[in-house]
Amino acid sequence: MEIDPFIFRLSIFILSIFVGYYVVWSVTPSLHTPLMSVTNAISSVIIVGAIIAALANNIENIFNSSSLYGFLAITLSAINIFGGFLVTQRMLAMYKKRKK
Amino acid sequence: MSANLSALFYLISGVLFILALRGLSSPETSRQGNFFGIIGMIIAIVVTFLSIGNFSIGLIYVLVFLSIGAFIGALIAYKIPMTAMPELVAGFHSLVGLAAVFVAISAFVNPEAFNLGVPGKIKLASLIEMSIGAAVGAITFSGSVIAFLKLQGIMSGSPIIFKGQHFLNALLLISIMILTYFLCSIQSSNLFWILIGISFLIGFLLIIPIGGADMPVVISMLNSYSGWAAAGIGFTLENTALVITGALVGSSGAILSYIMCKGMNRSFFNVILGGFGATEQSLINQNKEQKPFKSGNAEDAAFLMKNASSIIIVPGYGMAVAQAQHALREMVDILKKNDIKISYAIHPVAGRMPGHMNVLLAEANVPYDEVFELEQINNDFANADVAYVIGANDVTNPVAKTDPQSPIYGMPVLDVEKCKSVLFVKRSLAPGYAGIDNDLFYKENTLMLLADAKKMTEDIIKNL
Repeated sequence: MEIDPFIFRLSIFILSIFVGYYVVWSVTPSLHTPLMSVTNAISSVIIVGAIIAALANNIENIFNSSSLYGFLAITLSAINIFGGFLVTQRMLAMYKKRKK
Repeated sequence: MSANLSALFYLISGVLFILALRGLSSPETSRQGNFFGIIGMIIAIVVTFLSIGNFSIGLIYVLVFLSIGAFIGALIAYKIPMTAMPELVAGFHSLVGLAAVFVAISAFVNPEAFNLGVPGKIKLASLIEMSIGAAVGAITFSGSVIAFLKLQGIMSGSPIIFKGQHFLNALLLISIMILTYFLCSIQSSNLFWILIGISFLIGFLLIIPIGGADMPVVISMLNSYSGWAAAGIGFTLENTALVITGALVGSSGAILSYIMCKGMNRSFFNVILGGFGATEQSLINQNKEQKPFKSGNAEDAAFLMKNASSIIIVPGYGMAVAQAQHALREMVDILKKNDIKISYAIHPVAGRMPGHMNVLLAEANVPYDEVFELEQINNDFANADVAYVIGANDVTNPVAKTDPQSPIYGMPVLDVEKCKSVLFVKRSLAPGYAGIDNDLFYKENTLMLLADAKKMTEDIIKNL
């Protein structure tokens, strides 16, 4: 019997939770704020769904309801992606070691 | 681009996201980690375009909407002051939540675009996945908006509690499950809208009873929710990058919530059920006899500091409010010239979000190897000459160690009272967030500096 692709994704999901668990515990507490802003940025990879939704219809009715939600979601995720990565970068640039 | 090839690329971007988080294990590797994250995002977006392969006028619209978001995002990232980071993160969470809701809606309205079947006959598994994505996304959105309003001070930080609150929440949660069940059998779009509406309501009700100083837990929790929402959508779209990211972000937020709860010695449910501090407040007002304390001025503080050989600085939310971090660094620079050893002690829940104080100190050019966590530095207080408590309160209260009756009993606290002398900068003697008196104020070796944190620090600089 063939295995449902859902099971593969579920396996990836469960394993990723464990990866996330160990990776996040090793994050130093002083970088917890950048951790939150960067997780914000990466969870906005939801933009791929938004792009698919936006381009789902042909040109004549590009702004029908389902694409419109896609376009709005593109803008929201783009704010997050750019805002998240850039503000993380700005924060990380401030962390300096003692000058010897 | 074939579906298999794009799936492999999505996997690569998922791995790059793991490396982005891995980089944060030390400040040296963190910048590289962030770079990996950006590469992962670029791969995911480019692969999506290539796999659609439809380069019509629609693509231009996509780029226009993307650029609008990019411009707004970049503008915010460069303009935002570091003290406003908690609000910013809450705001970003709300956007992830709303984006998840929008994607779920368009998948529901136009399932053919995502290969999920036709309207009215959407695959059962997909329908459940998108319902979860939409519901969690909506909860994240409205919850984050409330958190944002509370952090901004637009909404009062005090908990809003009414009778039957928990009952109502439980009722709404059950109704979501029932709705999802009927949605799967009837597939009516009205049910889907109601489902989203109720989820918005739950997010709102869930956050209003939680007080201002519990915000570190709330923000971490919403971080976690935004991850689970993304994962739900990832399952719907059968997209590996989203599934991996959702799991990473979900567990990241959950761990942060756990760390924050532990820092307050409270259970997660205790925080979520809310209303902390409301009952204790009235108790304090009843026995309002003024105990004697020693009050000092900047001159006394400067004298004590100049004669010390080691000083530990304990920053808290008050430092952020007063924007005192730069003045503090200036003061430390002068002290360092006199060969005084300076270190900073950070309590896990100091500030309004995890790591809040560390970012502010980094902004003021404090080297990160002078900043220590509670476990690393707590034994050093006994050997330090002066503790300079600036804007922190409850996290220094020795009552947490001595009085089992106290609401904060058992909470890990900084052993500030073990220092030879304690300088406590505070605007008034009012109790802190937990609504309890701080015994530290009345200790023999404590000198209260009743003033604004920034102003006091600047006055000390003048006297040094």
